[in-house]
Amino acid sequence: MESIGNQGLNLSIFAVFVAVTLYVVYRVSNRNVTQSDYYTAGSSFTGRQNGMALSGDFLSAASFLGITGGIAVNGYDGFLYSIGWVVAWLIGLLLIAEGLRNTGRFTVGDVLAFRMRQRPVRAAAANSTLVISFFYMVAQMAGAGGLVALLLDVQTKGGQAVVITVVGVIMVLYVLFGGMKGTTWVQIIKAVLLLLCVVLMSIFLLGKFGFSVSALLDSGSQNSPLGDAVLDPGAKYGLDETSKLDFVSLALALVLGIASLPHVLMRFYTVPNAREARRSVVWATWLMVAFYLCTLVIGFGAMALVGSRTIARAPGGENSAAPLLAFEIGGTVLLGVVCAVAFSTILAVVAGLTLTASASFAHDVYANVIKRGNADPRSEVRVARQTAVVIGVLSIGGGIAANGQNVASLVALALALAASSNLSTILYSLFWRRFNTQGTLWAIYGGLVSCLVLIIFSPVVSGSRTSIFPDADFQWFPLNNPGIVSIPLSFLLGYVGTLLAREKADPDKQAEMEVRALTGLGSGLAQH
Amino acid sequence: MTKAVPLPVDPRGPLPARQGFATFDEPASRFLVDAEGNPDFPAIQQTEEFKLLRRRVVRFVFPMTALFLVWYMTYVLLSAYAKDFMSQRVFGVVNVGLVLGLLQFVSTVLIMLGYSRYAARALDPQVDVVRELAGADEEQR
Repeated sequence: MESIGNQGLNLSIFAVFVAVTLYVVYRVSNRNVTQSDYYTAGSSFTGRQNGMALSGDFLSAASFLGITGGIAVNGYDGFLYSIGWVVAWLIGLLLIAEGLRNTGRFTVGDVLAFRMRQRPVRAAAANSTLVISFFYMVAQMAGAGGLVALLLDVQTKGGQAVVITVVGVIMVLYVLFGGMKGTTWVQIIKAVLLLLCVVLMSIFLLGKFGFSVSALLDSGSQNSPLGDAVLDPGAKYGLDETSKLDFVSLALALVLGIASLPHVLMRFYTVPNAREARRSVVWATWLMVAFYLCTLVIGFGAMALVGSRTIARAPGGENSAAPLLAFEIGGTVLLGVVCAVAFSTILAVVAGLTLTASASFAHDVYANVIKRGNADPRSEVRVARQTAVVIGVLSIGGGIAANGQNVASLVALALALAASSNLSTILYSLFWRRFNTQGTLWAIYGGLVSCLVLIIFSPVVSGSRTSIFPDADFQWFPLNNPGIVSIPLSFLLGYVGTLLAREKADPDKQAEMEVRALTGLGSGLAQH
Repeated sequence: MTKAVPLPVDPRGPLPARQGFATFDEPASRFLVDAEGNPDFPAIQQTEEFKLLRRRVVRFVFPMTALFLVWYMTYVLLSAYAKDFMSQRVFGVVNVGLVLGLLQFVSTVLIMLGYSRYAARALDPQVDVVRELAGADEEQR
């Protein structure tokens, strides 16, 4: 298929965006000397700002390009992602945000190790953060490769690898110069642009169909090879019992995974107190509700105006639905804008991930495990910066290797990993008095390892035409997403590990954590 | 560029003197704090005020979490295993599945608003009561 639009225009809109955001990053972050500045922007953001940044973190390439594409090709079954990712915010709001803000400072490890033995728990928390972030990041980088194929007409794998490298280098620059403050501002700018973009496109589309959702869906289904069936459940997951179970497993990973992602959790530390953390989730939820309602309109709009067949055959596959629709309704300029926004989304999200992963290594592994809590803050920030560069290089490599993979399903795997290792442990340590070190370790490693093993032996990795290794076949686990097994297993192991432990929970530390989680006493945070 | 918000204050700072009875010889022991002035967490945990706060939190968040998870999984399971039911048309080409899906958005917003209200009315004031037990926030009043 011919490339669409004008590459020169695409590139220049993109370049302008990068230049503007780098300037903002430079302006807001001339002082990133302490850990608090670098990791959490000195906790100086308001709930509203952080809510926008939270939604920015969450509006990744997978949710913008992947979900609109999933709806445009699979109709109803693609819409499940939208619903799962909206409902998921309630977990963050009701169970996690406030307790986390009150008990931790920089990383997930702070909360999990609060009343446990420091070194093994911090090491475990850092391991899970690094694995989850790496999966999430590779998905984003792979998305960048596919997007480029369509937008800049770079068709060779070599050319796409160059672009992935450029994306990686810019993201490392954001992190090195901007720290959390710079990264957060990039997220806010991007979230506003993306939301404006999808809301305007949706209003336009609805207007085109006389503001009748039914008419939109109807003309979408007429343009789909599935016909009316595209409006009913089962287009993608209804084939047999295995795929139905896969659908349930995916749904579980979606709803439980979001509020367990390390880079989302870390966002709660950029606000000054628990009430602002609550406000930021409320803001993020409103924005997500608006955004995912728009994905429904845009997905079916793309189906109606571009056609499922054209989308599936386009260079970026399903991921190209939104850009193709933009070209259809707004010509070259709108395509350029959507491209730039999509690119910036990838840039900003990988920057946030890099920051989280490097903070986790520097704060949990370097400062608390290697230096046993006696690291000088400046050297800790230096280590964090060096780690950011290493992670940047690794994810560029991973992104080039995974180029062409299905972005949304890679992200769903990261969500399953996050829900399997972080959710059970955070909830237990906040709400279950008897939870102890052994329970924490069993839950983190049990969830993480079982999830990884099931992924390796799933059809995602081998044994089917769409696998990462299509020629090998060592697959025995039937589901694409292991969440339905590994998430309950992690809760179970945390429970059993706690009951079987010789070393009981420390009651004083437990009292401190419980009082602090609910009231903020002792956290040094003013509540007003 | 960031809006000014109160910076974290150190609760270990000097406790404010109250008219009349606070002197150097007599530390502000009316608060539940230990010798260094840090909050005495085990004692606070045992107070009726804190127990009430904990009960209020637990009584809201766990049933509500159970409710929305059950409702969400019902929707998912119906989509996977009750295809005929979900495919029934409600109006135009809009079917039951789509309506239930959109209701998930509605229920999410309602629970979010409900929690915000509940937290502002029943939790935040009680948090302030418990914090006063340890003498926190005195400087800001």
